[in-house]
Amino acid sequence: MVTIGMDYGAKNTKAVIIKNGQILAISSVLSGFDQKASEEQALNKALNNAGITRNKVKHFTATGAGMEATSFANDTVTEISADARGIIAIFPSVRTVIDVGAEEGRAIRLNEIGKVVDFGINEKCAAGAGAFTEAMARALEIDIEKMGELSLKSTKAVPMNAQCTIFAESEVVSLIHQKTPKEDILRAVHDAIADRITSMARRVGIEQDVALIGGVANNIGFIDSMKRNLKCEILVPNDPIKPEFVSAYGAALTAQDRIRG
Amino acid sequence: MVSTESVEYWRWTESRWTNPDLDWKDADIITAGIDVGSVSTQAVVMVDGNLYCYSNMRTGSDSPDSANRAINWALEDTGLTLNKIEYAVGTGYGRVNVPFAKRAITEIACHARGANYMYGPTIRTVLDMGGQDCKAIRCDQRGKVTAFLMNDKCAAGTGRGMEVFADLLQVHINDVGQMSLVDDEPEPVSSTCVVFAKSEAVGLLRKGWSKERVLAAYCAAMAHRVVTLLERLGVENDFAITGGIAKNIGVVSRIEKELEITAPEPNVDPQLAGAIGGALFGKALVEKARKKAG
Repeated sequence: MVTIGMDYGAKNTKAVIIKNGQILAISSVLSGFDQKASEEQALNKALNNAGITRNKVKHFTATGAGMEATSFANDTVTEISADARGIIAIFPSVRTVIDVGAEEGRAIRLNEIGKVVDFGINEKCAAGAGAFTEAMARALEIDIEKMGELSLKSTKAVPMNAQCTIFAESEVVSLIHQKTPKEDILRAVHDAIADRITSMARRVGIEQDVALIGGVANNIGFIDSMKRNLKCEILVPNDPIKPEFVSAYGAALTAQDRIRG
Repeated sequence: MVSTESVEYWRWTESRWTNPDLDWKDADIITAGIDVGSVSTQAVVMVDGNLYCYSNMRTGSDSPDSANRAINWALEDTGLTLNKIEYAVGTGYGRVNVPFAKRAITEIACHARGANYMYGPTIRTVLDMGGQDCKAIRCDQRGKVTAFLMNDKCAAGTGRGMEVFADLLQVHINDVGQMSLVDDEPEPVSSTCVVFAKSEAVGLLRKGWSKERVLAAYCAAMAHRVVTLLERLGVENDFAITGGIAKNIGVVSRIEKELEITAPEPNVDPQLAGAIGGALFGKALVEKARKKAG
């Protein structure tokens, strides 16, 4: 039985195809401004990668900020439930999952059978989301994929006073003018976003094991700052389901659960 | 030929002015107020409590240097020199970094005092829309602060947010307000985060919205944001707006509409309110010291 889950994120649209619980293919395309086009693109790319046609798909479940725009999905599942379903399939021991996407941050607490007990969302402010690191990478003229690695070379913690992304941009520019090493500024950037995420997660309550998912979880500098804040190990999924695919994977598993009833 | 010159749309016009009807040589008390804000710096010189000259310019990376440059520019060609100023007060974000100031006073107190001078003693509520913060202030008939609320954590509702939009839409910041006055008012964009408002705006432009409509949606969002701050404090008439955004008719008219209230037209640059308040505090301090000395 083949099912598909798709996550209509603010930045990327991701698809995961599974067959009897096994991952067949994944795909990711930029969401852009035409959601219908990006949905079709991500779907076709995933079907191509899996080497199957659309009529082989038994059930299609959508999730993510733009899920209502879907023209193909059979039904939808909330981001919270999709995150929970996905992470439990990867790391059954997880009790707290923190999802940091492009424009939204979430902390979700699960019980021992993987059911959602409580959650918190930041969707009002870019400072606790990927948009923040992206803006800082731009201000520092550094490739976003290289930020994490470079920040680990930092030898000195410099304070960042601004919380707002717009104000932090100006602060980063003045730190550059003061000749602060880029790696130290980057560490300050990661500490800043980690502090925001941590205080959100603390409101929900943190219980081990802790997992970090969403696109920002690819940034090892951010993971490092989160470890320092939480003072515990953090599980981060890797191939074949990278952190940003956990939600789509959870949606595909939900689709499977729904037909099996 | 393609021009490679980059236009700084956010850059507002710096200015200076001398009052032609006053002569500092006739004055008894000369005081100054220097408002070193996060985005702009104003230096105001008052003779016997009347506005004599001022400058209004962008704050540099160094606060003491910005304060010095502002006062020097204000005094340019007046014949007046710094040593003849009896009392200077520093205010604003960089108020403790004004080298020649005898005292630092918070911008909340100075804005209320300045608004009282600029708009008259009937003002009870002042909204100061600054470069990186926004304050709602209640005051009495002498311009003394009775309550206030501020947002200095978030760019939504501040001048910096407006600069971001001017750059995004490539519209000069001085023209934003006028351009935003469209006939069919659109729904506002996100009023909680400038970053999100910006990505919404890019989406609207791709959908074919005109710059005018996008600016209308942003000015409305900004107005709504500060109105919520004002409503938490409670608005009592008369109401006045100070700070750079007070010059933006697009935001001002939408605040007035949402509150069903009218703010008086400023008779001097509304960005000067803090510095004027500082200079007036300086005068009061001189008078107090003289009285004490007999």
